[in-house]
Amino acid sequence: MRPDLDVVAALVGRDLRVLDLGCGDGALLEELIERRGCSGVGVERSDEGFHACVARGVPVTHGDLQEELSRTATGAFDCAILSLTLQATREPLEVLSEMRRVAPRRVVSLPNFGHWRLRLDLARTGRMPVSEALPYQWHDTPNIHLCTLRDFEATVAEIGMRIARRVLLDASGGRAPSATRVAPNLLAVRAVYVLED
Amino acid sequence: MSDGVGQVETKTLLVHDEERPLVLESGARLTHVEVAYETYGTLAPDGGNAVFVCHALSGDAHAAGYHEGARRPGWWDNIIGPGRPLDTDRLFVVCANVLGGCKGTTGPGSIDPSTGRPYGLRFPQLAVRDLVAVHRALLRELGVRRLLAAVGGSLGGMQVLQWSLDHPGELAGAVIVAASGRLSAQNIAFSAVAREAIMRDPDFAGGDYYAASVPEAAEAPARPDRGLALARMIGHITYLSEESMRQKFGRRIQDAVEPRYGFDVDFEVESYLAHQGQSFVERFDANTYLYMTRVMDYFDPFADAAYVQRSVAEAAASPGGATRYLVLSFDSDWRFSTEHAREIADELRGAGAPVTFRELSAPHGHDSFLFPIPEYHRTVAGFLDQLAGGAGARRAAAAGAGAGTGAADAA
Repeated sequence: MRPDLDVVAALVGRDLRVLDLGCGDGALLEELIERRGCSGVGVERSDEGFHACVARGVPVTHGDLQEELSRTATGAFDCAILSLTLQATREPLEVLSEMRRVAPRRVVSLPNFGHWRLRLDLARTGRMPVSEALPYQWHDTPNIHLCTLRDFEATVAEIGMRIARRVLLDASGGRAPSATRVAPNLLAVRAVYVLED
Repeated sequence: MSDGVGQVETKTLLVHDEERPLVLESGARLTHVEVAYETYGTLAPDGGNAVFVCHALSGDAHAAGYHEGARRPGWWDNIIGPGRPLDTDRLFVVCANVLGGCKGTTGPGSIDPSTGRPYGLRFPQLAVRDLVAVHRALLRELGVRRLLAAVGGSLGGMQVLQWSLDHPGELAGAVIVAASGRLSAQNIAFSAVAREAIMRDPDFAGGDYYAASVPEAAEAPARPDRGLALARMIGHITYLSEESMRQKFGRRIQDAVEPRYGFDVDFEVESYLAHQGQSFVERFDANTYLYMTRVMDYFDPFADAAYVQRSVAEAAASPGGATRYLVLSFDSDWRFSTEHAREIADELRGAGAPVTFRELSAPHGHDSFLFPIPEYHRTVAGFLDQLAGGAGARRAAAAGAGAGTGAADAA
């Protein structure tokens, strides 16, 4: 499993009803269901991701996560997960507020556009940065709402949610070295947040 | 691509008699129930590879392969066969005509043992639960105790849903396609008009239009063909989408360029519907149409939420684990639209069941479930594959290690 999913799984917890928005190939859900006692369902838009979930025996809805969220009953889940997907949603604030409505605990991971390498790239070349974590050109990227960790934390505060936990990740998706905490917005490639009220 | 299951024949088994009568949901009893069925593939020694196919309103036991001398295969041949989603190289597939049917299973056209004449409308009212009970009776006779999956579209999907709730732990998987958990007022309205067409036909004779109904008559009575054809025409319109009718017929005139401006059949679509109606009366019984549409109207398994909760919990606690559901709909289906399928998925999930749901894109309306739409078949194949133990089992079967080995454990 991708190391960042391992981190997310640990932050989700055990024996919960989980909703994984943009669940991809279902690896995280499989881990949560098979080994952590959770029950849950994923939402995935791509055919390949959907079929991968079916092949794993992971329950999934094929469709748009925002549409699915809007149809989900209030409080239907214990935990809603959004893994490296917020930046690709049309209305990130709407997604966060809907996640708040359907689950008291939300786990959100995102790429950090404030990472020093991206800043350096932009400063040096004057072109939109392309990296391993963000491998797209400006015109074909699904990541239409990129932000820095500082942006995200400010937004979370504005909408009145509390950051219960934050784990900084390195380029491989594993936990970043503790020195990263000196300047997270400059040094972390990604971060995972647990948001509560 | 393979040639399918080849030549097959429909067989018949007596599954209920005086000693072991069938008690229906209504409390009525049937003391003679025969079932017409077909099987494809081989039942594994551990019995873990059986899949039951439930047919829709006008279907029958002949789901796949060819009857002797036939040019057309069974009604769901494109999904059943070697290498097809219901892969008969690994699975043992059973399909049976439903109770109340007219294709070999006991129904309103069968002889009532208490009178020696056809039941007609004296045949008891049925519920989806009763259709399932007879499928299970057949499976007992065939030595099948647990199913890898039950699969069905439309009324077939409704049977699968009822089955999963009535007998928790018996299905590892439930594939419910283009079905409804609760007909809408519009659905019931269409059914009502279809039934009216049949019952207002002067030849309906209160349902006693079979030759054996009036053995004293010099010649066989007329059948309510006009009513049944009309019912079929109405039904058929609801099975197609506006788009598929536009593509298939447009506003073209039958056998002419210029319209004839009369009340006879002129547009191609009229000719098509007339043909559908006519060919239907040759193969279907009006009373069965009445009974089956009524079965669908009253179907409402989610009305008892506590029952659904209990069933799902019981399945989860059973040795085989929770029944896994695959609920599918088609975007052009307006008879049982995606909203119907979503309701099924939501209700089951609300009760705690693992449900995979997908709306597929296809132009054929309600009939889409009968078409070999690639994403649809891929989804069904992947789902059954996973239940049967994943790709590994498929490879093992291909290597001749024995079809269905380990399927029961994995399920």
